[in-house]
Amino acid sequence: MATRKSAAKPNVSADELKKYYHDMLLIRRFEEKAGQLYGMGLIGGFCHLYIGQEAVVVGLEAAAEEGDKRVTSYRDHGHMLACGMDPDGVMAELTGREGGYSKGKGGSMHMFSKEKHFYGGHGIVGAQVPIGTGLAFADKYLGNDRVSFAYFGDGAANQGQVYESFNMAAVWKLPVIFVIENNQYAMGTAQKRSTSSPEIYKRGEPFGIPGQLVDGMDVLAVKEAGEKAVAHCRSGEGPYILEVKTYRYRGHSMSDPAKYRTREEVQNMREKNDPIERIRGMLLDGKHASEEDLKEIDKAIKDIVNKSADFAKESPEPALEELWTDIYADEIPQHNA
Amino acid sequence: MPTEILMPALSPTMEEGTLAKWMVKEGDTVSSGDILAEIETDKATMEFEAVDEGTIGKILIEEGTEAVKVNTPIAVLLEEGESADDIGEISAAPEAAPAEADAEEAPAATEAPAASAPAEVKSNASPDWPEGTEMREQTVREALRDAMAEEMRSDTNVYVMGEEVAEYQGAYKVTQGLLDEFGPKRVVDTPITEHGFAGLAVGAAFGGLKPIVEFMTFNFAMQAIDQIINSAAKTLYMSGGQMGAPMVFRGPNGAAARVGAQHSQDYAAWYSHIPGLKVVMPYSAADAKGLLKQAIRDPNPVIFLENEILYGRSFEVPVLEDFTIPFGKARIWREGSDVTIVSFGIGMQYALEAADKLADEGISAEVIDLRTLRPIDYDTVLASVMKTNRCVTVEEGFPVGSIGNHLSATIMERAFDYLDAPVINCTGKDVPMPYAANLEKHALVTTDEVIAAVKKVTYR
Repeated sequence: MATRKSAAKPNVSADELKKYYHDMLLIRRFEEKAGQLYGMGLIGGFCHLYIGQEAVVVGLEAAAEEGDKRVTSYRDHGHMLACGMDPDGVMAELTGREGGYSKGKGGSMHMFSKEKHFYGGHGIVGAQVPIGTGLAFADKYLGNDRVSFAYFGDGAANQGQVYESFNMAAVWKLPVIFVIENNQYAMGTAQKRSTSSPEIYKRGEPFGIPGQLVDGMDVLAVKEAGEKAVAHCRSGEGPYILEVKTYRYRGHSMSDPAKYRTREEVQNMREKNDPIERIRGMLLDGKHASEEDLKEIDKAIKDIVNKSADFAKESPEPALEELWTDIYADEIPQHNA
Repeated sequence: MPTEILMPALSPTMEEGTLAKWMVKEGDTVSSGDILAEIETDKATMEFEAVDEGTIGKILIEEGTEAVKVNTPIAVLLEEGESADDIGEISAAPEAAPAEADAEEAPAATEAPAASAPAEVKSNASPDWPEGTEMREQTVREALRDAMAEEMRSDTNVYVMGEEVAEYQGAYKVTQGLLDEFGPKRVVDTPITEHGFAGLAVGAAFGGLKPIVEFMTFNFAMQAIDQIINSAAKTLYMSGGQMGAPMVFRGPNGAAARVGAQHSQDYAAWYSHIPGLKVVMPYSAADAKGLLKQAIRDPNPVIFLENEILYGRSFEVPVLEDFTIPFGKARIWREGSDVTIVSFGIGMQYALEAADKLADEGISAEVIDLRTLRPIDYDTVLASVMKTNRCVTVEEGFPVGSIGNHLSATIMERAFDYLDAPVINCTGKDVPMPYAANLEKHALVTTDEVIAAVKKVTYR
């Protein structure tokens, strides 16, 4: 990838590297397990896996601070795990159980956590972009220095409301980072078939929004770009655009046979550019960790994921009364604003 | 222990599939991500990948086998150190997913509506403000402005945004003076970007603010309807009660005068269709004020439907430091004994005019203003119909799927035995709004039509 930089960053500690390895691997193993449960009929409907894109959200969460907000599309499991939501609650939502984050009423595409400032989980492509802009509007209005991350894909980048959001964010100097996770396919449509100008990060230029292209398979590059964007927003300079080039290994959703790309293309990306393997290599080559250390991490993650799957199977289905709850609020929800 | 590889479900609707081709053979070593087999689903041929690593110990289902049920073991995977001898009895019975097992009892929660038993109805006829309260004349426009100003004074997280709401003082002057008092932070002129600012305001509500979003007219809110329905109305439910959108979407709705089809639609029935929204459509200035204050305080998304023609109309408004009108409480404007006329918003104008003229002919009409359409005050309507035994509904919206249709169904279900005539729905005509003055007049509901309907149900 042309954007590839040297991954070696002298200012990254072994502990940080290990954390990124852990967080990315957790997402991957969680998603593999979700795929498995889907295959067993325990997860229904649409289920969009994040495998391959792990470095994007792990790198950006490394640049975020407590209180910062995030909102994303329906490919949201990775974002939830990366911001510290409980894997048990996420998996149980996937199986539609009472122990899920939305009591089983939201599903894979619609999950939220007030506590972790995770505002969804949106099923309508692009709709999360004005919402993320509004989260930033609220923070500016309330006079705090928080930053919002509005994640969307290369497909959503062609929705009109994205540009409505760019315009308002720029006019009102809102502290929002527009994160375009460019995995190069909008469902089955390759970017070149749908997008007149492939450099999406430049689309903020007419609005005066700085944009940057980032190698999304390199968690350290993502983190570094994230820190720059966060500093820009937090200092009151207004919005920032990060186009993070990434790749999803699986189909758009579980039922996508992915015939629009070759097996070789996916294999090539997996073998030569895998974000987890890259950090693994750094850990081993730099003697920051031994094979044994990494096996221990792998084992710990396997346990977390297996536990979440057990929880998601054992948690009961929601009581039938839940059909009729949460339609209207009786009182103003307490926000962590 | 050897791991069974099960026939996967590879689409939301797949129950069985064809094991088209094995890509591995017994004895092959596989790792996570390797393709094991090609499987034909009801939608497509999919590659089936390994999740765990190990050695293929045994293939249980031959390639080419059709109608393999989901969750049937199709192969056995051996982990490090295991051999084919470890493969015990593999059960051929698929492990049923619990979701399927319970599928049949799912509709249990849908309670059948009670049959036409004359249900008890309790109508709340309490006054909206204390008897003897001083009243003064005010236009609907001024009442709406005062409601917003009062709520903005008492809650700093309430702000108003929309096109021309600030420096222009409102396209219809409803926000007149607010910029001067509250400044540009709280009275925000937006670009012409309905979809964008409606979505932004939903985000701001998630983030702790209480936005009042003004649409220059509700016709333009169609650009924003995805954010209103999918984001504002549904999030509380989808989040299991964790977060919702406490906000108001307001602006003029329905026909004005001679502005043609794209600017003349009544959206009352549309928004009333949506669980998660509250829908308000006031007629008088006092109701406009008390209901808008209530809407701003309500922790849910509220659709507040105003009317351009009514903006300049004056009504008596109570002189009170603070008063609100609860949702779901209709107002009986005029008591009567021969027929119940139910309306809301500008429809009240036709209803009241008709009642006056009918009184001259000796027909006594009870006129009810619903005021809120979600929640709807069924009991006041039912109590009245049980008294008059006849009902006519009046609204400006299209006839199909109208509020009147819904009321008719409710009356039929809950007060069938009280009816002496079928309920008649007076609505706008089933045509896009024409521009020509004479055609427009006929496209709208008219007082004469209401009178004719009343005469029909009273057999006069």
